[in-house]
Amino acid sequence: MLTKEEVENVALLSRIGLTEEDIPRYQKDLSAVLDFFRELETLPTDDVMPIGHITGRTDVMRSDESEVCSELEVQHIMHNVPETKDGFVKVKSVF
Amino acid sequence: MIRQLHNKLVAGEITAVDLAQQYLRVIQEKDPEILAYLTVLEEQVLHEATLVDEKLKRGESIDLLEGIPGAIKDNILIEGVRATSASKILDNYIAPYDATVIARLKSVHTLFLGKTNMDEFAFGSSTESSAYQVTKNPYDQTRVPGGTSGGSAACVASGEAVWALGSDTGGSIRQPASFCGVVGLKPTYGRVSRYGLMAGASSLDQIGPIAQTVEDVAIVFSRIAGHDPCDATTAEGGYEKKYEDYLGNDVRGKKIGIPKEYFSADLDPRIKALCDTAIEHFKTLGIEVKEISLPHSSYALPSYYIIQPCEVSSNFARYDGIRFGLSIDDKEDSREKTSTLLETYLDTRRYGFGAEVKRRIMLGTYSLSSGYYDAYYLKAQKVRALLKQDFEKAFEQVDFIFSPTTPEPAFKIGSKTTDPLKMYLGDVYTITANLTGVPAISFPIGSVEEEGKHLPIGGQLQGKWFDEENLLCVADAFEKIHQKNREK
Repeated sequence: MLTKEEVENVALLSRIGLTEEDIPRYQKDLSAVLDFFRELETLPTDDVMPIGHITGRTDVMRSDESEVCSELEVQHIMHNVPETKDGFVKVKSVF
Repeated sequence: MIRQLHNKLVAGEITAVDLAQQYLRVIQEKDPEILAYLTVLEEQVLHEATLVDEKLKRGESIDLLEGIPGAIKDNILIEGVRATSASKILDNYIAPYDATVIARLKSVHTLFLGKTNMDEFAFGSSTESSAYQVTKNPYDQTRVPGGTSGGSAACVASGEAVWALGSDTGGSIRQPASFCGVVGLKPTYGRVSRYGLMAGASSLDQIGPIAQTVEDVAIVFSRIAGHDPCDATTAEGGYEKKYEDYLGNDVRGKKIGIPKEYFSADLDPRIKALCDTAIEHFKTLGIEVKEISLPHSSYALPSYYIIQPCEVSSNFARYDGIRFGLSIDDKEDSREKTSTLLETYLDTRRYGFGAEVKRRIMLGTYSLSSGYYDAYYLKAQKVRALLKQDFEKAFEQVDFIFSPTTPEPAFKIGSKTTDPLKMYLGDVYTITANLTGVPAISFPIGSVEEEGKHLPIGGQLQGKWFDEENLLCVADAFEKIHQKNREK
């Protein structure tokens, strides 16, 4: 079973705040699923090439051009922004 | 059903406004109990219907789907309409643009009745993880409609919409279609654009239609399929084809494979019996049925539940409380009055996401973290390659693969919510189509009786990559013979 510290660490990496009461539940739930993943260990895969994209499309290119949004489109986008200043998205200071 | 309604519209027997009002009335009557809709677009739908009627009055020809009211899963964007994905983190989110599928459907002037309920961000199998409401199964309101497109399947089954769009990452169109006794298609990965579908697991997600009949599903599918420059994973072409025109083609001589791994001794005997009857129907149609093997089947579920959360954990970095959606920056538990960037992230995601979303993000983050990547994500991607090889070999012998859609009928509300793993295991027949990318359709094959209620059971056909044409054709032929036998 995952330890309390492991759950706290993965929650922090996931940027999800947890309360003390949440932790035992996630210890149990996450451990049950991780144990379930163990089934894969019985399958030898050393010579298998992994695949990510299933239909095999590669290198889909497009020209690198900026598109100008209409005033209305900008309004639609900015409407969803929690905090704005002078028409810009307000971001917390990072440092 | 769509064709009949279309003929009535063209013949002037009904108007598009009548039709829209009729469906709005059904929503008003039934939805307070079924709870399939999160948003109903009454004003817009009536306005659009008026435009269709004007066109008809002018004697112009209309598309088959024109003026036919449908419903859209809440993770698909319609410009100017609230889109929550059934999550509190997007409670106030108004879609700034149309998803490609919506733009395509608008171009044929179909009508959108509203946005349907779903599991939060399409994680789940019952629609119970919606942050807003628990949709009921129209066949038994003490049971779930399935998920994650539970609202879409329930509204079609209860007559609250003619057709609906869902999205399918591991069975989210087919399983609710099966539980609600309707038809649902997950197209080949890359056949339908995902632009404007809120990203869950990007290598698995696909939008598809749910409707009462295979023909209706084909009609909607024809109008959303095809290449889209806005989604680089879509395949070339595919938008010119009218799949409904191929229905009725001869299916004799086609081959259906029955994977022995899908019919183990512990399959519910009632479902096994319905599958046996379905197989007899296929044979009556002149289709050859033979046993095949998909040797890596048992590894599909663990592989899926690694890949899906990994992709989710990466995609969900966007819900940061800065650019859109909920933002919590000075809740009482924050250490300072104005939170730091990290506190904003932690608090916003803590209050905004439900338990299942948090579980998936944490599982994915854990699986992708340094030291675990090879054992989990890389291993799962290798298993995915083996599963694809299984299907390639199978399709050398047969044209389709048949199985039940689910190992059980719709289950009771609340019966699995405390045990996430139990919920995951129900996806055993559906997830492989997402991992391998093949198209798959669920359609009713009968029902089982529980507590005096007849609960629908779905059968699933999986086809070759991009061969929706033949897949729909065989499903349609089955539907007709199944219908005929029921009437006997």
